Amino acid sequence: MSAREKILKQIRLNKPAETLLPEKIDFDSNFIDTETKFTESLAAVYTEVIVVSNPDDLRQKVKEMYAGVVNRATTIPELSDWADFSLNISDPHDLETIELAILRAEFGVAENGAIWISDNHLPHRALPFITQNLAFVIPRKSIVGNMHDAYKILADTTGWGCFISGPSKTADIEQSLVIGAHGARSLVVFLLEESEK
Amino acid sequence: MSKLTMDHASASEVFNADEPYVNWHDETLWFVRHKRDKSSKQLPEWEELRETASSIKHYVLSHMDGLLENFERKAKENGVHVHWASDAAEHNEIVLGLLKQHKIDRMVKSKSMLTEECHMNDFLIKNGIEVIDTDLGERIVQLRNEPPSHIVLPAIHLKKKDIGDLFHEHLGTEAGATDPQYLTEAARQHLRDKFLTRRAALTGVNFAVAETGGFVVSTNEGNADMGAHLADIHIACMGFEKIIPKQEHLGVFLRLLARSATGQPITTYSSHFKKPREGQEMHIIIVDNGRSTQLGREDFRNSLKCIRCGACMNTCPVYRRSGGHSYHNAVAGPIGSILAPNLDMTKNADLPFASTLCGSCSNVCPVKIDIHDQLYKWRQVLVKQGHVPKGKEMGIKAMSMVLSQPRFYQWSGKLGRAVMRAVPFVVNNDLNPWFKQRDMPEPPKESFRDWYVRNRK
Repeated sequence: MSAREKILKQIRLNKPAETLLPEKIDFDSNFIDTETKFTESLAAVYTEVIVVSNPDDLRQKVKEMYAGVVNRATTIPELSDWADFSLNISDPHDLETIELAILRAEFGVAENGAIWISDNHLPHRALPFITQNLAFVIPRKSIVGNMHDAYKILADTTGWGCFISGPSKTADIEQSLVIGAHGARSLVVFLLEESEK
Repeated sequence: MSKLTMDHASASEVFNADEPYVNWHDETLWFVRHKRDKSSKQLPEWEELRETASSIKHYVLSHMDGLLENFERKAKENGVHVHWASDAAEHNEIVLGLLKQHKIDRMVKSKSMLTEECHMNDFLIKNGIEVIDTDLGERIVQLRNEPPSHIVLPAIHLKKKDIGDLFHEHLGTEAGATDPQYLTEAARQHLRDKFLTRRAALTGVNFAVAETGGFVVSTNEGNADMGAHLADIHIACMGFEKIIPKQEHLGVFLRLLARSATGQPITTYSSHFKKPREGQEMHIIIVDNGRSTQLGREDFRNSLKCIRCGACMNTCPVYRRSGGHSYHNAVAGPIGSILAPNLDMTKNADLPFASTLCGSCSNVCPVKIDIHDQLYKWRQVLVKQGHVPKGKEMGIKAMSMVLSQPRFYQWSGKLGRAVMRAVPFVVNNDLNPWFKQRDMPEPPKESFRDWYVRNRK
């Protein structure tokens, strides 16, 4: 008998009497202001949230904030002339020298500041991790309350996606928080008021 | 990484030799427990969430076969290879086979308690494979040739000086350096090189979704993603109890997991893998290793609901004062003590006794496992089946004899008090375990019963 058959047989023999799934599996968070909560949640993980009114505004802000940075990559069409690092490569190892990536992500979650990014808008899965610094751009209206709301949007996912909440961090040395473990050393989130498509 | 195993009580005695160190260990973990409290109290629905999670997991236990089959079918549709392993040896062989097939002899690995349980690293190293643990805490203990002492905080037993010395020796950091920022940066550089040069990455699985065939891996460091997205082959290993029925259930579990573990509202990264990226191979190994046996133990099957948050360890007065290594099992603390006897009753008979049965573990468990009740029940099973040392067994028998005979109990109480008053050195010496780290109390003049009889109207 194969391991598969053996395991399944043993499970059938030993499992308890069938129970039902609970009917209620989601709860409302009822934040007074979803965006304020989202901003607070991200501030707690050392991440700044910046509202920009349109792509021009975004471009200007980005130029100010990251003046002098080289190896800039982006998936935002309106920033393509600002970027100096092409993502048009085939081997993700080549992304290693990226200093800053500004990426289009999908939506944010107020209760924990998590931002959903997926290979819907991402040419390389490694990108948000391998870049030294990271910024996301999401529509300002896209913030949901909590994780139950989030999975209403994510009833299914694409090949890969990730909730990211803040820069990479660790506290493995005597519980001292250190930002910048393996992934991005910093995260900024831009909330875009209106997007030109 | 195997060391000569001492039983929990003897290992704790060694751990307790340095009192300031034990106090520090105790307080550090209590601080983490406190963060969990603060975080959980921000959600008015917290108790309902725990209840919901527990009943979803109960559904999982009662539909395990169907859910696993569904998961397998979906995963295969997604282009993922699915393997099944009855035990640790089969699991390890599958990993080795995959690496050999790709002619790979170096691999990066993110946190997976299952591979600790299977002693996979030892096995692979013996077979000529280099395995680099990439979680900072795990890398630290790996360089020290030790297992993790905590499932979420692998190096919680170490002081920064220990880590500074270790990194000086292995990573060439400055001698005497103890700044966590500096040491972490050194590890970042050291491990980045590994991520960029290894063609295989192994990760654990926090949740596998039957409905979609996808699985979720949570980290704060980003090491699972760094490894998986740069490697040609991604191997994900899961105990079969990691399965959950639906995608929407992730909402419940991700809200509970990090809050229970460290007090964070969510880990930095919650990565949802479903299909391999173009040109990549993705493998999932579904492991039994005693779980299907545990599923058949009515009193203990709830232990399979565990989502490995570590809250029961942080709160446990015994864990905090004895350290994870004293449990000589991949998973330490209260949850480890109810999982371990299932794997080997002879080797782990001491663990269910490493508890005060205070119940704090059950109170913080996000999936409401009756941990302290199970500890109590394991004690009975272990004594009945003769896995407990004769001395302890005789003690329990003697106590049961005294307690079941009221007159004898009264008489022995009187005798005990008289002896403690007349010749205190009989109890105030190292032969009496209760004398360790504490003074014996003044014996009262009369028992509560005598007082009660005298004062009753």
